[in-house]
Amino acid sequence: MSANFQDRDLVIPGDVVFEGRIRTGENTYRQQDQVYATRLGLVNYSPDNVNVVALSAGYTPLVGDVVIGEVVDIDLGEWKIGIGAQTEAVMGIPDAVDRPFRTDYIMTRILDIGDTLVAKIVDLDRRRTPILSILGPGLGKVYDGFIMRITPSKIPRLIGKKGSMINMIIRETGCRIVIGQNGRILISGPNREREEMVVKVVTKIELEAHTSGLTNRTQEYLRQLKERSQ
Amino acid sequence: MSKKPTTKKTTARKPVRSKKSQKVISWKRADGRLFDELRPLKIESGVLPNADGSAYIEMGRNKILCGVFGPREMHPKHQAKPNEAVLRCRYHMAPFSVDPRRSPAPSRRDQEISMVMRSALEPAVFLERYPRASIDVYIEVLEADGGTRCASINAAAVALVDAGIPMKDLVAACAVGKIEDKLIVDLGDYEDKKGQSDMPVAYMPKLNKVTLLQMDGNMSAEENEKALNLAIEGCKKVYEVQREALKKKYGIDQPQDRPPKEFPPEEPAEEPQNEEGPE
Repeated sequence: MSANFQDRDLVIPGDVVFEGRIRTGENTYRQQDQVYATRLGLVNYSPDNVNVVALSAGYTPLVGDVVIGEVVDIDLGEWKIGIGAQTEAVMGIPDAVDRPFRTDYIMTRILDIGDTLVAKIVDLDRRRTPILSILGPGLGKVYDGFIMRITPSKIPRLIGKKGSMINMIIRETGCRIVIGQNGRILISGPNREREEMVVKVVTKIELEAHTSGLTNRTQEYLRQLKERSQ
Repeated sequence: MSKKPTTKKTTARKPVRSKKSQKVISWKRADGRLFDELRPLKIESGVLPNADGSAYIEMGRNKILCGVFGPREMHPKHQAKPNEAVLRCRYHMAPFSVDPRRSPAPSRRDQEISMVMRSALEPAVFLERYPRASIDVYIEVLEADGGTRCASINAAAVALVDAGIPMKDLVAACAVGKIEDKLIVDLGDYEDKKGQSDMPVAYMPKLNKVTLLQMDGNMSAEENEKALNLAIEGCKKVYEVQREALKKKYGIDQPQDRPPKEFPPEEPAEEPQNEEGPE
C-alpha cells in the first residue's frame, strides 16, 4: 500500500502510480498488484481509488452528450455523421424531422453532405455506434459561425464548475458559443474581433487546463484583451 | 569468446590496452563517441496542429516527423477487426533525405520498416479498447543518417501518447552493432555500412520487455547477449528524453523527487485494515 506520486503530479503511460490493493479509476490498469497509468495526465489519489485525469484523450461518446459533427455520408434512411470519435455516428430520418415519417423525403434537402450540425447522442447501439438526434432546443443544422477544435479531455475545464467559465466568457465577449463534448466549439459573435478574443481565451484554457485558479486568471486575461482592443 | 579475447575488454569504459603496441589507447568511434554513447537526441511533441498527436525527433543527423491519427473509422472497412483496433504504420523517406535522391515510391525496405514498427508498437497499445477502429502512424524521414527505424519508433511512441491513445508503456529503441570487433551503441550511417553487425532493439522500460529484435551481420552468442544489455541501457537513456519531451509540452517543471503521498491518509484506519486482511 503505497502511492508513488503526489496528488496532481504529471504521469506518463507506464508509470507505476500505486503499489498494493486499490480500486483502479480512469486511465489506469492493474498488473500484479501494481497500478500503471495508461495516459499522460495528472494522478489523483482518494482513499479507495486512484485515477489519472488525462491531459490529452480522444472522444468517447456517451449518451446525453451534445456534439458538433459534419455529415460525411448519406445511407438508406440515415445520415453518417463524423463526430471525431472512433466510429461515425448515425442519425435516422425520425431523429432529424419532427413530422410523421414518410418514405418520400429527399434526404439531401434536409441535410446534405458537408452540413454541420449540433446534435445530441440519444443512444448507443449494440456496436456502440452513437445515434444522434437534432430534435430539441439548441440542436439542429448550423448556418453561421465557425468551429475550433480542442482536446476533448479539456472540455470540462472550459465549461467550469456549473458553467462558470463558459458563462463568464459569453458574458465578457458577447459571442454565442456552443460547446460539443467531442472537442468542437461553435463560435459566432457580433464582430471578428470578439470572435478572435474567444479563440485566444479558449487556446489559453487548453494550454493551462491542468493549472489551478484558471477562471480568475482567464477573467483577467479577457479584461486585458478588451483593453487592448479599445 | 575464446576466438576474440579483445571484445570482452571493450565493454569497460577504461582505456583498452592494445596487444601489439602495449600502449594505452582510448578507442573512440569515427565521430568521436565512446562505445556506449548515444548521438545527441532531441524530441519534441505536439508539433503538427492538424494531427491528433505528433512528434519530431533529431537523433544525430536523423530528422524525423511523426503524426498519429485516430482511433478513427477504418477504411477500407473490410480490413477492420471486430475485436480490436488496427495499428497501421507508414514509414516513408523523403526523396531529399539521403544523398543520391531516392524515389518517393514505397520500396521493399519501407514496407519492411513499416511492418517492423507496427509490431514493435503494438504490444504497448491497448488496441482491444477500440474495436473496428484504426490508429494510423505516419513517419516521414526528412533527413536520414543511420538508425532511422529506431528513431522512428522513438518518435512514434511519443506521438501516440500525445494523441491520448491508452498505452501500457512507452517504447524506446536503440541499435547496437559491431565494428572492428567492438560493440557500439546507436550506430551512425558510417558504422552501419562499414560495421560487421547491426542489431536494432525496441524495449518497454517500465515493463522490462523487448518488442523488437532484429540483426544484420554476425555476432557470437556471448556478444549477442552483451549487445542486448547494451541496447537496453541505450533504450533507457532514450526513455528519459522521451519523458522530458512529453512533460515539456505542458510546461510542468515539478520536482519529481518530492516524497510520495502518505497512503492511506492519516485517519483512523478502517478500510485499509480490511483491505490488508486477506494479504
